[in-house]
Amino acid sequence: MERREHYLNVNYGIRSWLFTTDHKRIAWLYLLSVTFFFFIGGFFATLIRLELLTPQGDLVQAETYNKLFTMHGVTMVFFFLIPSIPAVLGNFLVPMMIGARDLAFPRLNLASWYIFILGGLFTVAAAAAGGVDTGWTFYTPYSSIYSNTHVALTVVGIFITGFSSILTGLNFIVTIHTMRAPGMTWFRLPLFIWAHYATSIIFILGTPVIAIALTLVGLERIFHLGIFDPALGGDPLLFQHLFWFYSHPAVYIMILPAMGVVSELIACFSRKRVFGYGFVAFSSLAIAVLGFLVWGHHMFVAGQSVHASMVFSLLSFLVAIPSAIKVFNWTATLHKGSVSYNAPMLYALGFIGLFTIGGLTGLFLATLGIDIHVHDTYFVIAHFHYIMVGGAVMGYLGGIHFWWPKMTGRTYPEVWARIAALVIFIGFNLTFFPQFILGYLGMPRRYHVYPPEFQVLNVMSTAGASILAVGYVLPLLYLMWSLRYGAVAGANPWRARGLEWQTASPPPTDNFDRTPIVTEGAYAYEKEPEEIYTFGKPAHV
Amino acid sequence: MSDLSIVRAHQFDDIEQQHDASWIGMWVFLGTEVMFFGGMFTGYTLYRNAYPQAFASASNHLDIWLGTINTAVLICSSFTMALAVRSAQLGERKPIINFLLLTILLGAVFLGIKFTEYYFKFEEHLVPGAAFNYEASLARPAEIFFSFYFAMTGMHALHMIIGIGLLTVLIIKARRGRFSAVYHTPVELVGLYWHFVDIVWIFLFPLLYLVGRHL
Amino acid sequence: MSSGHVLSVKLYAVIFGSLIALTLTTTGVAFMDLGGGGLNAVIALAIAVLKALLVILYFMHARYSSRLTWVFAGAGFFWLMILIGGTMDDFLTRNWFGTIG
Repeated sequence: MERREHYLNVNYGIRSWLFTTDHKRIAWLYLLSVTFFFFIGGFFATLIRLELLTPQGDLVQAETYNKLFTMHGVTMVFFFLIPSIPAVLGNFLVPMMIGARDLAFPRLNLASWYIFILGGLFTVAAAAAGGVDTGWTFYTPYSSIYSNTHVALTVVGIFITGFSSILTGLNFIVTIHTMRAPGMTWFRLPLFIWAHYATSIIFILGTPVIAIALTLVGLERIFHLGIFDPALGGDPLLFQHLFWFYSHPAVYIMILPAMGVVSELIACFSRKRVFGYGFVAFSSLAIAVLGFLVWGHHMFVAGQSVHASMVFSLLSFLVAIPSAIKVFNWTATLHKGSVSYNAPMLYALGFIGLFTIGGLTGLFLATLGIDIHVHDTYFVIAHFHYIMVGGAVMGYLGGIHFWWPKMTGRTYPEVWARIAALVIFIGFNLTFFPQFILGYLGMPRRYHVYPPEFQVLNVMSTAGASILAVGYVLPLLYLMWSLRYGAVAGANPWRARGLEWQTASPPPTDNFDRTPIVTEGAYAYEKEPEEIYTFGKPAHV
Repeated sequence: MSDLSIVRAHQFDDIEQQHDASWIGMWVFLGTEVMFFGGMFTGYTLYRNAYPQAFASASNHLDIWLGTINTAVLICSSFTMALAVRSAQLGERKPIINFLLLTILLGAVFLGIKFTEYYFKFEEHLVPGAAFNYEASLARPAEIFFSFYFAMTGMHALHMIIGIGLLTVLIIKARRGRFSAVYHTPVELVGLYWHFVDIVWIFLFPLLYLVGRHL
Repeated sequence: MSSGHVLSVKLYAVIFGSLIALTLTTTGVAFMDLGGGGLNAVIALAIAVLKALLVILYFMHARYSSRLTWVFAGAGFFWLMILIGGTMDDFLTRNWFGTIG
């Protein structure tokens, strides 16, 4: 039987992968890389949770603990959460969902992966050389003057990796503007595309600011340029303004793509159009824009003026609105839908619940009076882990499962996938819900010791973390298993409506044998695919 | 003359789409550069507000005439760059190369003057760090001013060096006949980049050189 | 996106001349005492903005380009204003109601 040619078997060998310009192969390069960094970050988390089993500092010293939470944060934020969905699922799907053959700049795409790896190498080197102890937030003047750890090496690594983000965002914006298939108007685009467009705006306008902030820290350390030095009259808050101007929108980089995934999953597994498509699309843009106006809410107790704090607090309340709009619209989509509970849907439903909890606790933190009490406690840690792990990571896993047949031509084992989703959900809540309580009771973050009365909740949290770890290893195992032994998947095993499902699994190198022509919006589940899409002339090379 | 089918990359439907994508792509990239330099402008704004006297005093230690000349030099280079793009649009070949060479020359003059200024500052003990020496009451914020001076003009100079590198690549391609009236996108894109670097200096000059000159 | 408009040498020369004239003006004005109210700075910045606009509109062909180009050209500067604005709001109002912590 003749083997159909597709992007995976069109050529073989390491060179065909390391020099590829095919967005789908580049997505795989990223997938392997971010998975590697996820487990490195998880390793640091494991050590943290082990230390916190007991109130005393008996596993590691304080200085070592400082390095552990720093490396956990740096690795997870910059080398997993920020790239994961955009660079893996975005790279794979953006061209396909709009009916293009590739991104606008395929060589820049490959360059962005190499840049990512180079940045990662610097950071791994810094970790191997003894690590950094400043916290992933690099506050000055500790990071710029007083720390004796490998700050310069680490900030160089993050700076380099930032370019990777910028190139990805640039590629997405240009591609979405200029390379949509005939008939693919803006309001026929899948919400996944809107989400990635909004994310790309943040990549472009935010990343350079942390680049310059970290550059200035590096210059201060190496050349003694006294920009943040209080001894010269420098203002440490200047660093925090520059840092958070990016790092707050960065959290929207982490969540917006996951929201895009969730929109796709909810529609497919309810067999319905997403309710309020226009609202959901614009809410992505609103989150991207409003997200740039709230960064001072990280600085309420740092010495920022009360006036500025009040402004940032009010704007932080406003930014919750577009997120809430999405949650309401997803819920309305489920209503009277024909709902099935495959693994991707379990992740999507988990996302909606956990993101809502995380988001609501953000409102507590945005409230000046409450923030004074819970700032720098485990309440904050629980808040952002609910969003980043309960939200973004589950969105990522849901997307990986959903598009796995498209990417590999294989089906994953559904039973194991549902078990893993459940284990993750249970492990996650057991890990992080106690932390809300701990924080409210006053346990500060970034300390390796704590008062004995907090031990029970900490033990619960560590127990949850071990369950969560099992939950994360399971997909690693069965997805790899499926590559060889999984059932062969057809072009559209989910009977979904996106353009990416109207071509073979795995797709040919140029995605479509013939140029698609679009005549309907993205979620026309009341029609059959043949009624929505026609195909035109052969996609010429 | 270049064969059009060679210069259109396979992911694009036609050469116009490719040109539009490249044009938009460069503007997006310049947006990132605005934010990158912008972080330093933000810090500068903060400290000038905090220490107006020190900033005025320190600014007067910069050579206003070298600064003015350098500004004029960069403007000339933008002029020659614009003419290079124009020649490319008209499908000429020798004028492109000549205008690009002039642009590089003017850029080199700028850098020469800049590094001479750095040398003077080094001699005057105005480089931040252990050797910094200034009138006692204003010394500390003055050191902040000079930190910004070196960071901002240094970053600007780095961008100019990169620009000269890009211009050199353009000259090599032009000599090989790679550009025509129909395809000259790289020349346009490098032009956009070069003009942007000029604009950064247009703002750096008054902010660094023209503070408190009337005092 | 860029219209392919070929501008005349004369137009470029006029822009060039204006830029040089504005440069000499800003240096000259710097020596004039315009009072302590920061007017010197305002004028210097205004001239810089004018010069930048001339470069963007004519040398960078923005005047002859699509609206999308204008949006991208403007977005960066607009976002920079947000960064500077928010930071300066903090800094300039530290004595209004004090700070927390």
